[in-house]
Amino acid sequence: MFEDGSLFTHLLVDRLNYVIYVVLLMIGLWAMVAKNNLIKKLIGMSIFQTAIILFYVSIGVKEGATIPIYLSEHDPHGESGEVNNAQSSQPERPQVLEASLVAGYNNPLPHVLMLTAIVVGVATLGLALSICLRIYRAYGTVEEDELLLKLESEELRSSSGSRTRRWRPRSKRKAKVPKSFENTRSRKGDGDSLTSDGSQDAKARSRRPSKPKKSKDGEAS
Amino acid sequence: MSDLIVWIVLFPLFGAVFCSLAGAWSRRICYPVAVLSMLGSVWASVETLMQAILSPVHEVSYLLGGWSLDLFPRGVGIEFRADLLGALIALVVTGVGLIVSIYSKFPVQRETPGKETMYYGLFLLQISGLAGIALTGDAFNLYVLIEVAALTGYGLVALGSNRAAAATFNYVILGTIGASFYLLGVGYLYLKTGTLNMVGIREVIETNGLLESPAMQVSFVLILLGILIKMAFFPFHAWLPNAYCHAPTTTSCLLAPLVTKVMIYVMIRMTLSVFGVEFSFESTLWTEVLPWLVVVAIVCAAVMALAQREIKRMLSYLIVAEVGYMVGGVWIYNYYGLIGSIFHVISDACMTLCLFLGAGIILEKCKTTNFDGLRGLFARMPLTMIGFFIGGFSIIGLPPTCGFFSKWYLITGGMVSERWEYMITLMFSTMVMVVLFFRLIERMHLAVSEDGKNLGAGHGDLGLSKEQSRFDEAPLSMLIPLLLAASIVLLIGVYNQEVVDQIEVFLGAYNLPTGVSYK
Repeated sequence: MFEDGSLFTHLLVDRLNYVIYVVLLMIGLWAMVAKNNLIKKLIGMSIFQTAIILFYVSIGVKEGATIPIYLSEHDPHGESGEVNNAQSSQPERPQVLEASLVAGYNNPLPHVLMLTAIVVGVATLGLALSICLRIYRAYGTVEEDELLLKLESEELRSSSGSRTRRWRPRSKRKAKVPKSFENTRSRKGDGDSLTSDGSQDAKARSRRPSKPKKSKDGEAS
Repeated sequence: MSDLIVWIVLFPLFGAVFCSLAGAWSRRICYPVAVLSMLGSVWASVETLMQAILSPVHEVSYLLGGWSLDLFPRGVGIEFRADLLGALIALVVTGVGLIVSIYSKFPVQRETPGKETMYYGLFLLQISGLAGIALTGDAFNLYVLIEVAALTGYGLVALGSNRAAAATFNYVILGTIGASFYLLGVGYLYLKTGTLNMVGIREVIETNGLLESPAMQVSFVLILLGILIKMAFFPFHAWLPNAYCHAPTTTSCLLAPLVTKVMIYVMIRMTLSVFGVEFSFESTLWTEVLPWLVVVAIVCAAVMALAQREIKRMLSYLIVAEVGYMVGGVWIYNYYGLIGSIFHVISDACMTLCLFLGAGIILEKCKTTNFDGLRGLFARMPLTMIGFFIGGFSIIGLPPTCGFFSKWYLITGGMVSERWEYMITLMFSTMVMVVLFFRLIERMHLAVSEDGKNLGAGHGDLGLSKEQSRFDEAPLSMLIPLLLAASIVLLIGVYNQEVVDQIEVFLGAYNLPTGVSYK
């Protein structure tokens, strides 16, 4: 199974990083496109960006190489580098290493690039979360289908409102009553007219004495 | 002064920082700071364009951070490079930024009261991001600047109503997918070439013969896909209409002319300068497939624009159709098509600016941009309407305006490379635009109410009250930018040869066919 050259080795041993990055990329993309919850979409976005970071980090790493800081024997400013230092005309400038020596170091550039990409990702995520918060405050939901329904009904209301709104005499206008207030008034009315329900109400009260008064009113109506 | 090219980006960047800091002390200072920094930026980009025209190699280059090409190989240090195309686009970006910043005084105060500090900070950052995209010579730096422009764009849109915030969410998701695909493509490019400098990548591809490499193909597909998503090419356009029509007035005036066009610039830059003509156009299937996608894109966007009953939403779909024009102009793979495409980037920025400035004034004065509320606007705001319809006529392509000449080159390109489907689609879309704008003019002169009642007494009487037909123009700070944009549309049309000359100098460096090329 693990002999050289088989597809299994090719994918899971030699190129494991790249396989994982593609899988993560697909998971993220799927979550962003197919998930209904806005927060889950953002989680998908995060996974998507992280997958790209994994890809970049992988391409910078070499087998048997060390971190890209001068080893003491290569350092132009160190003890063993005194000779190099004396030879070069501009000692304070960075030194270009020979190609054979460079092979011993990992490539730092992709890692540095990813530092920038992480910052960009954090900024995007923060912005998107704050937009989510605003959507939740305005529409009371972070589910996309519910949000779309609410947006549609809002659009219908605004467009039909602009067309059919006409002036009416003050006496014919409906008095505007806030919803919560209207509810409490109707409940009161129910309580007054249906006196026979009083016993039921009392039963309910005895059954669940711990409930606050509001819910009892709701049950009665 | 060879560092003027950096000042194009630095003026708005410093302006943004200053706005954000000084805004805590006085909110009133933000508007003059924004206008001043945009003035500086426009001056720097005009000077840079002149330098690029006058220099023998037709480009200005500047290495950031004190690196120099004498001591280190190309690719060490980030380069800002303005060839004629980049300098032209940078001038368009800063010019539009200046006009919109002058215009922004009243709309910003009215729509985002108390948030002027943040608004102008984001506004200026957006312009420095977009101008940076036009100027940078580094593939990864391009990604960072795309994200700078995108993040500030999300912020600018979301500062509007709650509806705008909901629209921004889709914008964020799709924008991130697009930019991430671009980043991934750059990763493969770096893997194969070992450098991020655009000129360096081109050199390595040529010397190492990487044209047949599959990794290069993957990189090309990813980059192109990312850019197509960012520029709202038809199947990926869903974020654009909602975001632009619910955004605050100034935001849509700034984003609509610039964001999609700058992305088309990136596509031209990537195909011509980075991957090279042979790789992009001859060794892939794109030249076969994309023109047909463009046909679908233009037809669908034009029909959807026809179905809208609200000016800003209609204009948003027009942008999607215009993106189709320009993508098609590149992918019919022809010298004239590319001239048309680049010229259309410039002229479309001007005319879209014109239209959105006009729509913003209508919204400001009438409180609505529904078609129903437009009756008698020519009597009330004659100057605004003249400016608005100069933009509209340019979209249609009537001769003295710049839209005519860019469309002329696009159609010539389609004809020369025998892409009849593209040519016919352009004609069809022109007809749709005629219907769109003349329907608006009719709406404004019609004496019939929505339920079909005749209101006028004949002989041009619209049945408007004295109040409704009184001369009532927008404030000068909104009117002057609109008329300025309209006169620029006319001026570019009249002096189109000057612009096309520069584009021809730029394209002269590339080996493009002037006849039938595919098959």
